[in-house]
Amino acid sequence: MQSLNRFKESASQTAGPYVHIGCVPNFAGIGGVFPADLGKTMLKEATRGTRITVKGQVFDGTGTPLRDALIEIWQADADGIYPGGSDPRGPGDPHFTGFGRQAGDAATGEFAFETVKPGRVPFRDGRMMAPHITFWIVARGINIGLHTRMYFPEEEEANAADPVLARVEHKPRLATLIAKAEGEGTYRFDVHLQGEDETVFFDI
Amino acid sequence: MRNKAEGAFYQRDREWHPPAFAPGYKTSVLRSPQKALISLDNTLSEATGPVFGHNIIGELDNDLIHNFAAPGESAIGERIIVYGRVMDENGKGLPGTLVEFWQANAGGRYRHARETYIAALDPNFGGCGRAITDEDGGYAFRTIRPGAYPWPNRPNDWRPAHIHFSLFGHAFAQRLITQMYFEGDPMIWQCPIVGTIPSREAIEGLTALLDRENTIPMDARAYKFDIILRGRRSTLFENRLEGN
Ligand SMILES: [Fe+3]
Repeated sequence: MQSLNRFKESASQTAGPYVHIGCVPNFAGIGGVFPADLGKTMLKEATRGTRITVKGQVFDGTGTPLRDALIEIWQADADGIYPGGSDPRGPGDPHFTGFGRQAGDAATGEFAFETVKPGRVPFRDGRMMAPHITFWIVARGINIGLHTRMYFPEEEEANAADPVLARVEHKPRLATLIAKAEGEGTYRFDVHLQGEDETVFFDI
Repeated sequence: MRNKAEGAFYQRDREWHPPAFAPGYKTSVLRSPQKALISLDNTLSEATGPVFGHNIIGELDNDLIHNFAAPGESAIGERIIVYGRVMDENGKGLPGTLVEFWQANAGGRYRHARETYIAALDPNFGGCGRAITDEDGGYAFRTIRPGAYPWPNRPNDWRPAHIHFSLFGHAFAQRLITQMYFEGDPMIWQCPIVGTIPSREAIEGLTALLDRENTIPMDARAYKFDIILRGRRSTLFENRLEGN
């Protein structure tokens, strides 16, 4: 028989409690190795778009916030282009990274990203998706990184037409994907790993 | 150098990866989603990803023996080189992939505020490094072999010697964190975290081989560790992502 000559993806393992050493060493108090933690700053003065802050916590099945999680986000720029060069539609805003990485606060577990509101990106068939930010969450006890999306509460119309949100059969769960407005330009996006309010996670 | 987002990725084989709920690893019990994941064929949001240039890499970023050490000093421990290729499931090398690694020191102690193990800190060892893969997907770094360490799970659980790896690939769908183990370590088969992985074959895929031929005489032994990230489907008969 012939072979498909295909390899298996390396198996995932938990990031463990000390993920900060490798991914945000300055946050972990290991100074002088890397000049700055990767993904700490997403914006420059010249970045186009509306400045926003996205805050939140990650909760376990008892409602206790994780204090050792690492959260990464990936998003389009204000015009809806993914920056950096991997988007076939163009290079995007050269003053925006689109990538953020933050550790939860050591005491409260709260994370915060300073970014811009993303523009709309087309779905596979060309329909426009509602503005959203992709989240990836790892921590001790999480055996494979969790993907989810944050949508915006003021985008009711776009959210209602979003082809990805439409995939969620249990409509009461949609609320877990929509951030809460918390004052001017500030959003709260809490993630629940399990329980009644379990966040919708995607197998992408 | 970087591929544009040409196609969606092969579906992830969730039977091959550890399940979210793995009660032998107690912390997973309350941190595992219980509802089914919602399946989503990749859109541009998953098929694109951040791009990191070689300009972010400092001279000592791939030398853990020296990157935290005082001038003229070096970390204590067995000197090793870890090298390999980052490839996709089609066997194609992935250039420009950011690889980050972190580990305990030779005594099994991490430099971290929450670390409680009694083994001594090495003042010359920080425990972090990074590299960006070359044209063929190759990477290499110099370090010391980490020690095994105890951890709170059952009363007497120990981690085998291991190095943590974080990888980006060319798309956010390829994002992966894993761990590398060392050939011949009997403790691999006693560890509940290793044991979250369902098959022996998948565990062996995380086990680096001692490579005598690449040992640097009178300096460091070499371990070879290849890493596989998800591969893209052929676009022959596929509806292409909008924008291609
Ligand atoms: Fe570890």
